[in-house]
Amino acid sequence: MIEVLWHGRGGQGAFTAAKLLGAAFTLKDNRYALAFPSFGPERRGAPIRAFTKLDTKPIGNRSEITKADFCIFLDDTLFGEAAFDSLKPGGKILINTKKSFEDGRVIAIDADKIAAEIIGLPITNTILLGALAAVSNNIDIKEIETAIMQNMPYKLIEKNVKAIKAAYEEAQI
Amino acid sequence: MAKKFLSGNEAFAYGVSLARPQVISAYPITPQTIVVEKLSEFVEDGSLKAEFIHVESEHSALSCAMGASSVGARAFTATSSQGLLYMAECLTYAAGGRFPIVMMNANRSTALPWNIYGDQRDSLSQLDSGWIQAYAENAQEALDLALMSFYIAEHKRVSTPFMANLDGFVLTHTYEVVDIPTQDKADEFLPGYETENKLDLENPRNLAFSAGPEHNTVFKYKEHLGLLNSKKAIEEAEAKFSKIFGRQYSGLVEKYKTDDAEYILITVGSISGLVKEVVDGLRASGRKVGLLRLRYLRPLPNEEIADALKGAKAAAVLEKDISFGNEGTVYTNVNSALHKAKINIPNSNYIGGLGGKNISAEEIKSIFDDMEKGKSAVKFLGIGGAFDGN
Repeated sequence: MIEVLWHGRGGQGAFTAAKLLGAAFTLKDNRYALAFPSFGPERRGAPIRAFTKLDTKPIGNRSEITKADFCIFLDDTLFGEAAFDSLKPGGKILINTKKSFEDGRVIAIDADKIAAEIIGLPITNTILLGALAAVSNNIDIKEIETAIMQNMPYKLIEKNVKAIKAAYEEAQI
Repeated sequence: MAKKFLSGNEAFAYGVSLARPQVISAYPITPQTIVVEKLSEFVEDGSLKAEFIHVESEHSALSCAMGASSVGARAFTATSSQGLLYMAECLTYAAGGRFPIVMMNANRSTALPWNIYGDQRDSLSQLDSGWIQAYAENAQEALDLALMSFYIAEHKRVSTPFMANLDGFVLTHTYEVVDIPTQDKADEFLPGYETENKLDLENPRNLAFSAGPEHNTVFKYKEHLGLLNSKKAIEEAEAKFSKIFGRQYSGLVEKYKTDDAEYILITVGSISGLVKEVVDGLRASGRKVGLLRLRYLRPLPNEEIADALKGAKAAAVLEKDISFGNEGTVYTNVNSALHKAKINIPNSNYIGGLGGKNISAEEIKSIFDDMEKGKSAVKFLGIGGAFDGN
């Protein structure tokens, strides 16, 4: 099972990204996914988490993810050393940030810059999804594109598809 | 069929929409809100031709559904927790009036302390209201149950309201891939609602009347028969469903690896998914364990429980409920089934998941370990060590 733990602030679209990932992965038959937010009252700006579990067999465990293959931060003010405790061995952290990190487990991407150039708003959820497709062997950028086309409002599709492709290129190192 | 990535609430709303209800009356409450929001969107965009009535309370929501049902309309409502308790007065009216209304209940804890998260204390408190009660494990089953619930409730020999329960948040708000049947096939499965139990100017009759001491027992007996007859209707509905849609369901219970099991855990609702994973893990290390999932609590699967447990060395019931001063209500019901079948094995009760508290795979494993000790007890999970009440 691949487990993805999303960190963001209310309004940044972490849960939307969690759902898009699940929708993308299950486009092929015999694939299963669960996507859910940290449950409770939602407030703009407050830290939230979202979870995506991906597998090739039905997933019975609906509990929150405690150890993830990928930990994704849409907002670098939410990132701290504690993030490493929530990684599986070999797991990676993807952060939207202008900073650089020495730690090999951390992949930094300036998603704000891509968002400003392509989307015109500081919304980075799909951009991190594009970056995730670049660093994961099991997540296909084409399927992410299809999920965006099937699930996002029409007027947002073109910009978001362009943004995931830019992020995919940027994260290919 | 169309494949979509949906939450449990959305999946249920698709199922209801495919059943073509004529009247939907509801009042929003977390975590039920999305199912009625989604249905109001279907009505708004014209894909569902129904009267959507936004009422001022849950008491009115069910009263309104009864009004609709009493003129022969197919009616749907949905609620949760305090909302269900607020409409409790109307539950027995709908059941006694033999109005086959379908209601989705998003299982949520009851106050106080105030809590919006999932447990099953709300619906279990209403087991005696005369409604059929079913519990879904995942979003696909929720959608399929929505469609089947109308078939079962409206069956001529049943004519009883149907409460379909989905665990709040862990099922209502979790997204999964779901197959949505086509409307054509849904129509083939579920014809329109036909009844004589309605107000009709051409054939005047008296509905929802009084019955004094002389006749009351007969009406209550017939209400009881309606519930008992629903067993056959559930079988019939699932056979037809499987023929048209290809998905199989197993009636009042689901037996998961119980045939040769020595230790069997009994659960209700979405926690069963995790129990199956734990059972698989323990089976891989040679332990003969199994899961009995109660898909329906009314009618109570007396024979099915006895049949599944007849060869077991011990059993345990894990439930998100406590009947204060006694034990979990599911446990009481299971023990009643075992007693009637003269099955005398150790059977413990684990109260977990109250107010949405997570139940972990480790806790489920420890329940299986406990079963091997061969003692019966009532224990609470998640209070820092087992508490046996003494």
